[in-house]
Amino acid sequence: MVIGLSHYLSVAAILFTLGVFGIFLNRKNVIIILMSVELILLAVNINLVAFSTAMGDMVGQVFALLVLTVAAAESAIGLAILVVFFRNRGSIAVEDVNVMKG
Amino acid sequence: MIVQAIFFYIFAAVLVGSAFAVVSARNPVHSVLFLILAFFNAAGLFVLMGAEFLAMLLVVVYVGAVAVLFLFVVMMLDVDFAELRRGGLDYLPIGTVIGGLLLVEMLMVVGGWVLDPTLIGKGASPVAAASTNVAAIGALLYTKYVFFFQAAGLVLLVAMIGAIVLTLRHKPFVKRQNVADQVARGPATSIEFVSVETGKGI
Repeated sequence: MVIGLSHYLSVAAILFTLGVFGIFLNRKNVIIILMSVELILLAVNINLVAFSTAMGDMVGQVFALLVLTVAAAESAIGLAILVVFFRNRGSIAVEDVNVMKG
Repeated sequence: MIVQAIFFYIFAAVLVGSAFAVVSARNPVHSVLFLILAFFNAAGLFVLMGAEFLAMLLVVVYVGAVAVLFLFVVMMLDVDFAELRRGGLDYLPIGTVIGGLLLVEMLMVVGGWVLDPTLIGKGASPVAAASTNVAAIGALLYTKYVFFFQAAGLVLLVAMIGAIVLTLRHKPFVKRQNVADQVARGPATSIEFVSVETGKGI
């Protein structure tokens, strides 16, 4: 029973799908949507690291590091926007986010 | 090898289970806690793959910073989460269909994935023999990818400034210390001579 590349890729695929599923399931709650995005990025990171170690190529891990950085920045900015939005509107329901009528 | 398989299946099962709990928990605080559990198990998977540095980084950055940030926001905002959940199950069928399609597609692609053995070690930066994971990443990150490293730092700086600018608010009625005004204040502007006649007051 050897754990190979496809095992890790399958786990990452399931995780990615759960993230997408979470966005559908929690259409109104921005906090859960942000967490789902984190799950999706985690799946991407697992893919990158799996390929990196399977191919013996370090670039994948460097790239995963950059993805980690961007994910942290994204959640910080997203939560800041969320706090400001809650302060102005008193709610975090995404359906109300149509003030700009874009 | 059997130990590796056992640990892989433990980590993978807990990871998938807690990820499902993240998206389906009723209480967002539970969601955040399950997110932390998911990150810990992903770090375990990284250790199994031999990427120790990224595993530790995942624990430090995600569990230590991002998840705590989520926890703060969830607990700080006084949101009626029961209201937010109402009607959420309307999207369950289409979510299941799209998620299922996505999962089947990806599993069909990666299920029978076998890497061509001749490709191993032929990447852009092959792992140097007899070097630890941290040393290998450092040797690569600070030389060949130093500009990417700097760009990551800039991204974090912009995120920090952006978050502060967004959430900082000045209340107009709060009195603050203005150091420049205090330093510029001298006898000429602060002392006033009043000659008071005896018995009259000011």
